[in-house]
Amino acid sequence: MVREVAESCVDTMLMEMVAMYSGRFYANKPELAARRIEAIGYQVGHQLSERYTMERPRFSDHLEAIKFICKDFWSEVFKKQIDNLKTNHRGTFVLQDNKFRWLSRVSVEPSPEKETEDPSTPGESKAAQAVSMYLYFPCGIIRGVLSNLGIPCAVSADISSLPTCSFVIRVKA
Amino acid sequence: MAPVGPRSGDAIFSSIDRVNAELFTLTYGAIVRQLLTDLEEVEEVNKQLDQMGYNIGIRLIDEFLAKSGVSRCVDFKETAEMIAKVGFKMFLGVTASVSSWDADGTCCSIILEDNPLVDFVELPDTCQGLYYCNVLSGVIRGALEMVSMKTEVTWTRDVLRGDDAYELQVKLLKQVAEEYPYKDDE
Repeated sequence: MVREVAESCVDTMLMEMVAMYSGRFYANKPELAARRIEAIGYQVGHQLSERYTMERPRFSDHLEAIKFICKDFWSEVFKKQIDNLKTNHRGTFVLQDNKFRWLSRVSVEPSPEKETEDPSTPGESKAAQAVSMYLYFPCGIIRGVLSNLGIPCAVSADISSLPTCSFVIRVKA
Repeated sequence: MAPVGPRSGDAIFSSIDRVNAELFTLTYGAIVRQLLTDLEEVEEVNKQLDQMGYNIGIRLIDEFLAKSGVSRCVDFKETAEMIAKVGFKMFLGVTASVSSWDADGTCCSIILEDNPLVDFVELPDTCQGLYYCNVLSGVIRGALEMVSMKTEVTWTRDVLRGDDAYELQVKLLKQVAEEYPYKDDE
């Protein structure tokens, strides 16, 4: 039987990990906090990928590896599959999860009028910035999985319509 | 007041949302590893893990109270039993036992034989002095503080350090009298 723990253990741990790096360690250096959080995700993705691909044959191409993430990997970690996969067939893949579990309890208040207050981040509220901090973790996980499968890439996330979350993977040529 | 909650740890654990423990274990491992890289002193890593646990405990106590249906414990002995039998079970899916009470019932040991935090973990020699599971002691301290108990929680046995079990010593320092948020006639 697969060992399980309460979901709240993972949720609170991620919350505290992000709070620790973006609040306590690098409060004024969000880019450093982001890099550390991404690195933690990368490590996790790398190790999980090792475990989940143990019994499989090698993936024949990038698309096969990406499909593995969308189906098997996502099911193991989030108990659902990626809802939509798009690609331009030139190394860019967009993985869309219509109800991304780690954001399902997050709400970002739209602040339509006040957006101009902080000119450095037009259109982006403080809350949205906090959410994007969380997303470095799953982005790191995806990059870790693909890197372990021999596919170097860059991963970013788009949450313009919560709780839908899209992960954009750009494979390095 | 009913001294024992109506639901067992097993019943709660089987009814709540659960996730694959590998994700939990590996994520914790990756956090510890990153902390060891970022903070030079092992002591400082221990401190941060404890702080992280404390903050988690503050949050988890609400879920514990809501889902377990446990009402006020009559004494610290019952509190310790609740943590071991219900708390560990409902969050980590493992049971712990309580032993080694002191004469006045304010200090005991919680012993874990099974600990999902340490699956796949081995400590290299360079990590001497690391309390890998320090997050757990922090969780207990944080959770108890939210229910008016100041405690000191320390590791007395640790399998990663060569012992035969995980043992936490929980010492009740002070029971803070509950105060209403308002005062009459003042």
